[in-house]
Amino acid sequence: MSTFSVSYRSTNGVQILDLHGELDAHTASDLEEAIQSCFEDGSVQLLVNGEELQYISSAGLGVFMAYVEEIREADGDIKIASLQPKVYNVFDLLGFPVLFDICDTEEKALHLFEEGNTKPSNEESS
Amino acid sequence: MPNSSHTLTIPSSTQHLREVRRFVEEHARAAGLSRPTVDEIKIAVDEACTNIIKHAYAGSDDQEVEVELTFSPDRLEVCLRDQGEPFDPSSYEEPDLVELTRRRRGGGLGVHIMRRCMDKVHYTCDDGYNEVCLTKYLNGNPAS
Repeated sequence: MSTFSVSYRSTNGVQILDLHGELDAHTASDLEEAIQSCFEDGSVQLLVNGEELQYISSAGLGVFMAYVEEIREADGDIKIASLQPKVYNVFDLLGFPVLFDICDTEEKALHLFEEGNTKPSNEESS
Repeated sequence: MPNSSHTLTIPSSTQHLREVRRFVEEHARAAGLSRPTVDEIKIAVDEACTNIIKHAYAGSDDQEVEVELTFSPDRLEVCLRDQGEPFDPSSYEEPDLVELTRRRRGGGLGVHIMRRCMDKVHYTCDDGYNEVCLTKYLNGNPAS
């Protein structure tokens, strides 16, 4: 029985990935395949909606870290939205808000894509 | 809270992580710990278990991991035991998120989570057996 799944939507050129279930070291490869598949299809504006994500461990967070640079180099971004508080806490614990746009609603994340932001505004350019 | 102890032994495969989390959650909630505290313990144990499976056993799924929860009046201690390659905590460096992202790597975060979510993380290695014990002190009224 799989405890994690991804479903897809798109709006205004943004590929939305709806995450469901529990993301751990066993299921992280499913997210990896999903992001890789989007990237190979030419989608580089990725919005991850975590409204139905019940759990995440570092293995799941590691997937975002592994892909975000490549996607930004292709002028895209991974933005994260609608996380449940208990899941947001894990992102926050590791300092993810410094590296990623994490919005409380999908609309806010879409708006950031419309504005052309590709990184959190408080990150210094290297 | 009276002293009590519960043990779960799983095969060394990540497909059993969910079972470990359920085991921790069931007993921690039954002991009256708050939901945020249960969430912290759950992820810390998941990370410890994942590290054993991926690093101590290098992905070999025919070994075993033992998870023991011990509740005392002032603390919960979770000890995980394996017979794989020992982990040397002195070799561990705090992860630099920016650098890891730049190098397109996502590893090395598990120990950081364990240390942040628990009050004490202690590793021992004796006669081929490795043990990592995670301690959470239950100050005040944990059921509140």
